[in-house]
Amino acid sequence: MENTAVNIDWDKIDNIIESYNRDRESLLMIMQDISDIYNYLPPETVPVLARKLGVRESLVYSVASFYKTISLEPRGKYIIHVCTGTACHVRGAEKITQSLESDLGINEGQTTEDKMFTLEAVRCIGCCASGPVITVNQDTHGGLDRSSVLEVVNEYKRSASS
Amino acid sequence: MEKLENREDLVRYINSLKSGGKKKNKKLVSVCGGPGCAVYGAEKVEAALVDEIAAQGLQDEVEIKTTGCHGFCEKGPILVIHPEGIFYPQTKAEHVPEIVEKTIKNGELVDKRVFKDPASKKKTPYEKDVPFYKLQKRIITGNNGLINPRSIDDYFACGGYKALEKALFDLDPDTILNEVKTSGLRGRGGGGFPAGIKWATAKRHEGSRYVICNADEGDPGAFMDRMILEGNPHSVIEGMIIGAYAIGSHEGYVYVRYEYPLAVKNLTEALKAAHEIGLLGDNILGSGFNFDIHISRGGGAFVCGESTALMASLEGKPGRPRAKYVHTVEKGFRQNPTVLNNVETWANVPVIINNGADMFSAIGTEKSKGTKIFSLVGKVMNTGLVEVPMGTTLRTIIFDIGGGIPKKKKFKAVQTGGPSGGCIPEQFLDLGVDFDELAKVGSIMGSGGMIVMDEDTCMVDVARYFVDFLKDESCGQCNPCREGIKQMLHILTEICAGNGKEGDIELLEELGAMVQKFSLCGLGTSAPNPVLTTILYFRNEYEAHIRDKKCPAGICKPLFHYEIDADACTGCGVCARKCPQEAITGEKKKPHELDQSKCIKCGICYDACKFNAVVIK
Repeated sequence: MENTAVNIDWDKIDNIIESYNRDRESLLMIMQDISDIYNYLPPETVPVLARKLGVRESLVYSVASFYKTISLEPRGKYIIHVCTGTACHVRGAEKITQSLESDLGINEGQTTEDKMFTLEAVRCIGCCASGPVITVNQDTHGGLDRSSVLEVVNEYKRSASS
Repeated sequence: MEKLENREDLVRYINSLKSGGKKKNKKLVSVCGGPGCAVYGAEKVEAALVDEIAAQGLQDEVEIKTTGCHGFCEKGPILVIHPEGIFYPQTKAEHVPEIVEKTIKNGELVDKRVFKDPASKKKTPYEKDVPFYKLQKRIITGNNGLINPRSIDDYFACGGYKALEKALFDLDPDTILNEVKTSGLRGRGGGGFPAGIKWATAKRHEGSRYVICNADEGDPGAFMDRMILEGNPHSVIEGMIIGAYAIGSHEGYVYVRYEYPLAVKNLTEALKAAHEIGLLGDNILGSGFNFDIHISRGGGAFVCGESTALMASLEGKPGRPRAKYVHTVEKGFRQNPTVLNNVETWANVPVIINNGADMFSAIGTEKSKGTKIFSLVGKVMNTGLVEVPMGTTLRTIIFDIGGGIPKKKKFKAVQTGGPSGGCIPEQFLDLGVDFDELAKVGSIMGSGGMIVMDEDTCMVDVARYFVDFLKDESCGQCNPCREGIKQMLHILTEICAGNGKEGDIELLEELGAMVQKFSLCGLGTSAPNPVLTTILYFRNEYEAHIRDKKCPAGICKPLFHYEIDADACTGCGVCARKCPQEAITGEKKKPHELDQSKCIKCGICYDACKFNAVVIK
C-alpha cells in the first residue's frame, strides 16, 4: 500500500465516531464520512475505528474492502465516475471511458500522478434518460460523447490550476 | 414547526393549509428538479424564472416550485404552469422572459415552446394531453409535479398523511393487515412476494419487529425508487409508519444508496420534519403508538439488494447473503422478525388505505394488482419514468407511451428486470406486463427497468455485459455463483472476440442451469437469465458469431467491417469529413470508398450517413 503523507485530523475523526454514538452498526457510514474528507479511508484510521467501536480490525478491513464506496488507497481531488449502467452502456459509455483514459493517461481504477483525478466505473447512478453520464465528485454531466466529456474534464483542470 | 398532539390538531393543521396561505388564482410554476432535468440545466431555468418574476414584480401572483421528477426525462428541463397545466419541454434560461411575459402575465401560449408530439406532429400545449402522460395511470408518481419534496405542507396539501390518520384512529392493526392482503399488493423490488402475507408472517413471530425500506436500487437502468425518494419522500415514510403500526414495530430503517445523494438529503429532511411535527417519535398524534425511522447509507454493493445481505449490511458487516432456511420475517435484522419492502411498495400503502383494497385491486391483472413504475430507457424516443396499470402491453409502453424506436430503426428486444432479467423479443410485444407473464417468457419484473434495444444492439454483447456486471457483484462466498459466472463470462468474451467454438452455446446452457440451481441467493439463481434468454430467442446471433465469425449488429469489433454501398451512396461527403482516420475518399456526388486498412470501426460514418450507404458486413 502506498505510503501517504496525509495529515489526519484525529479530532475530526473522533467527532464523526461520536456523532454516530460509537455505534458499531454505523461502521460503513463512519467510513464514508471519513472518506468524504480525505477522498479515501486512510489505513491508519482502521485500528482506531476498531478500538473505538469495539470490533476486530479484521471486520473493519473486511467492510472496507467489501464496499465500493470505500477505498484504502488515496484517490484524486476529483473522482470521476463513468456510469456503465445498461442505458449508458447501450448509448456508448465505453467510448467515454476510452476517451478519458487516453486523455488522463490512466486506466479505469487508477489515479493520476498529480493526485488530481481518479477514474472509476460506477454501475448506474439513475440518470438513465440522459446517458452517457459521468459524475465528478457531486456534479453530474450527461448527454456526453468522446469529445464533450473532455471539455467537462478540462473545466475541472482549469478550476484546479486557477 | 408546531407539534401535533392529537387527531384534532392534525385535521386543524391541514385545514389551515387549505384556507390560508394560498392567494386565489395564484399561478404555480413547477420546475422539474429530477436528475434528468438537472443534467440538462434545470437549475439555470429556475434561477432565470426567479429573476424574471422578481423583475416583473409578480412575486405575489406566482409561486415557483422545484419539484421531484416529472418522469418525461427525454424532454427536460420541464416546466409546467398551473392551474392550466401548460407544458413547456426542453426549456432554457433564455426562453424564460417570453414565457413569463406571454403565458404568466397574459395567459397566452408561447407557440414556439409548445410541445409537438413527434408521432402525430400535433401541438399539445397541456400536460394532460401529452401522449406520454395521457396513457399512464400515475397513482404513485402523479403528485411529484406539485410537491416540493422538502415541504411537508405540500405533502399535506396533496392529501398526505390522511391514510395515517385513518389507520391510527379508524382502523385496528389487523384490519390494516387484511386490507393490504386483500389489495393483492406484491413487492415491487423484484420478488413480487405478496406484501400482506409477509407482514402477517412477521407479526406472528415474537421479538422486536423491524420494518425496513430497501432503497438500494441497484439494477442498472432503473431509477424509479430514486424518483420517489427524491420527489415524494413523505409517501414512503407514511407507508412505513402504517406498516409498522399494522405489525407492531417501533423501529424502522431506510437503506439507501450512497450514490443517490439528493435522495439521502430529501429523505433526511423529510424525516426531520415528520419528527418535529409529531408524526414520528413517541405517542404519535396521541395514539399511544411509538415509531421512529433511521437512515442507513449503502456502500455500492449490488448484492445488498438481497434481503439477508441488506440486513447484514445494516448490522455493520459486509453484505453477504445467508441461506434462508429461516426467513427474515422470523429472524431478520438483529435476529428479529423483519418486514423488508422496497420504496415503491411502501409508497403504495397509503394509496391502499386511502382508497380501500377493492379500489386498488380493481387496477391490474388477476394476480398482479395496482400500477407499476417502469424506467423506460435505451433505444426509445421518450425515455423516462412511466407508471401504468399492471397488464399494460409492452407495445403500449414502448410504442404508444415511449414513442417507438428513434432513427426509424427496428425494434429487437426489451430487457426487463435488470441483470437478473431477460431479453424479450418482438413476438411477445403484446404481452401484458405483470409478474407472472414476464416469468413465463423467461424474464422477471425486477424493480421495473425496461431497456429497449434496436437492430444495432448485439445480443451476445448484452449477455456479456450483464454477466460482467454480475461477476463484479457476486459476493464470492458460494462456488456456483462465483466460479460459474466467471466461466460464463470467459466463454462470452471469447465469442465476442471471434474465438467462439462449436459447443460453446451448449456449455453456456449447461453452466447456466447449474448456476441457477445451486447458487445460495437470488443474485446467483437469476444470474444466468440474460444469457439463457438471449440464447433462447437469439440463438442465430450466437451462431453467427461462432460459425460465420460475424456480428450482425456491428458491435463486436473483430467480427464485422463497414463497407460503402456504391448504389446507395450519393457522394455527399459527410462520412469522409467526419472520419477521424481519413479512411474514406471519393469525389463529390460519386460513390465513396473506405480503406479497410485505415478503418478503426469507430462507427462515426455509420451514424452520420443519412442514406444508409454505410453497411455492416
